Amino acid sequence: MLFDKPFWFKAIVARALRRVVAWGFVPLQEATTHLETATGMRKTPLNAVHRASGAKMVPFGGWDMPVEYSGLISEHMAVRKAAGLFDVSHMGEFEVEGPGALAFLQRVTTNNVARLVDGQVQYSAFPMPNGAPVDDVTVFRRAADRYLVVVNAGNIEKDFRWLQEQGPTGCDLRNVSDDYALLALQGPRAQGILQPLTSLDVPALRYYHFAETQVDGRAVTISRTGYTGEDGFEIFVAPADGEALWKRLLEAGADKGLVPVGLGARDTLRLEARMCLYGQDMDETTTLVEAGLGWIVSTDEAKGDYPGRALLAEQKKSGPPRKLVGFEVTGRGIARHGYPVLAQDERVGEVTSGTYAPFLQKNIGLCYVPASRAALGTELAIDIRERKVSARIVPTPFYKRPDKAAPAPAATATI
Amino acid sequence: MDPSDLKYTKDHEWVRVEGDKGTVGITDYAQKQLGDVVYVELPEKGRKLSEHDSFGTVESVKAVSELFSPVTGEVVETNTALVASPEAINADPYGKAWMIKVRLSDPKALAALMDAAAYGKFVASEAK
Repeated sequence: MLFDKPFWFKAIVARALRRVVAWGFVPLQEATTHLETATGMRKTPLNAVHRASGAKMVPFGGWDMPVEYSGLISEHMAVRKAAGLFDVSHMGEFEVEGPGALAFLQRVTTNNVARLVDGQVQYSAFPMPNGAPVDDVTVFRRAADRYLVVVNAGNIEKDFRWLQEQGPTGCDLRNVSDDYALLALQGPRAQGILQPLTSLDVPALRYYHFAETQVDGRAVTISRTGYTGEDGFEIFVAPADGEALWKRLLEAGADKGLVPVGLGARDTLRLEARMCLYGQDMDETTTLVEAGLGWIVSTDEAKGDYPGRALLAEQKKSGPPRKLVGFEVTGRGIARHGYPVLAQDERVGEVTSGTYAPFLQKNIGLCYVPASRAALGTELAIDIRERKVSARIVPTPFYKRPDKAAPAPAATATI
Repeated sequence: MDPSDLKYTKDHEWVRVEGDKGTVGITDYAQKQLGDVVYVELPEKGRKLSEHDSFGTVESVKAVSELFSPVTGEVVETNTALVASPEAINADPYGKAWMIKVRLSDPKALAALMDAAAYGKFVASEAK
């Protein structure tokens, strides 16, 4: 290893290029090499398509996934200005069905599931008694007694075990992760690309709602959700239909600037939008309120008790001892996951996520700091390989998309 | 194809020798492995380097990589334009994206480096 590598780096060392010491976005993974990806890695239904297209592949959460196709920056910009298509089939899906489904989900999540109507999605988390998440998840209400929960790829087994331990009563809990391919179509032109392929009235589908319909004759669930900070859709489809749908969407969007996008740009897009990545920005040691996710912590009386509720309610009321804040590097250098963060020469935390932000053309990141040091404008320093580089706490999200109501940019724009 | 007038290392640097000076950069294969380069850090003039010494850092959006000197000698010039436009490493790794010029103290050591054909074979075997 070339740099003094602290435990948190868990770097992937590319054997093909010994000098590459860190792929900053791959958490919770033992050091491995690009060349070992073919063995022992799980593959999505689209794996062969990615490889045939020449995508650069990396291991991610036990999966062999495309990190980039044409280039990270151009993919990132395509999603901001036109549209991008992501294979996120590695995400996990659980079904919770039966008369006790709602009561069970209320017991194991932080957000109030009773507020959902049929066809609505809710961002939530599985909490532990210490107020930290086992995982962050989305809950889809198909019917009053039928729910789909989407979980992070690296946490599928852990989450399923956790839910089983919580004792699902009056409902069936099933891991149906292998029943779906999941494509994310994201960007300002996503709606225009999708509409001609479906009878669904796409503009009528509201943010964080979903519909069961067809795209190009294939049964799908379309959800107006994403992880990019742009308008867009996540499309669940049978694994056998995944490849055909992928190709059909790319074909339909080719003249609108749609390109395939890898996990590399997925990470930079979500970070510009200040969306947390489980395993980096939050884990089993950070409470949801500390992570800035108090808005998914319900203290409604009707919600009932769940692990960590009293602690989280207290932190919401009185403030948490530390906070996840966004910073901009004002000196020269790129902050990376795990780099120490200092305030007035005192070490106060470490970078949880950090990157060059392709749209903003700045170096940005997130870190936990004591609440007393979390004010906007606070000057910090990032220890970048033993060099102190100045940074400042800034408002987040770093990037906010232009008003949805604004007319789309002229179709002549080239990406 | 990598230029035939250069010498190459297993760390994917190249050196072009003119008289007693060597110009150093990273190879096309290296820039492709890194992806979009957004940051480079180069040494000050006057720095003394031994072969394999780290002389700087190059970063793409997602990867951090150290730079290793293929030669022994003193840095007599650094490419300051590259620090302002690191994307040149992707666009022109053997031209505009040269990194440092070194006054060679041991020109004979260069014989141990690979020529373009040997480097091509080395990359092919690594990529397998």
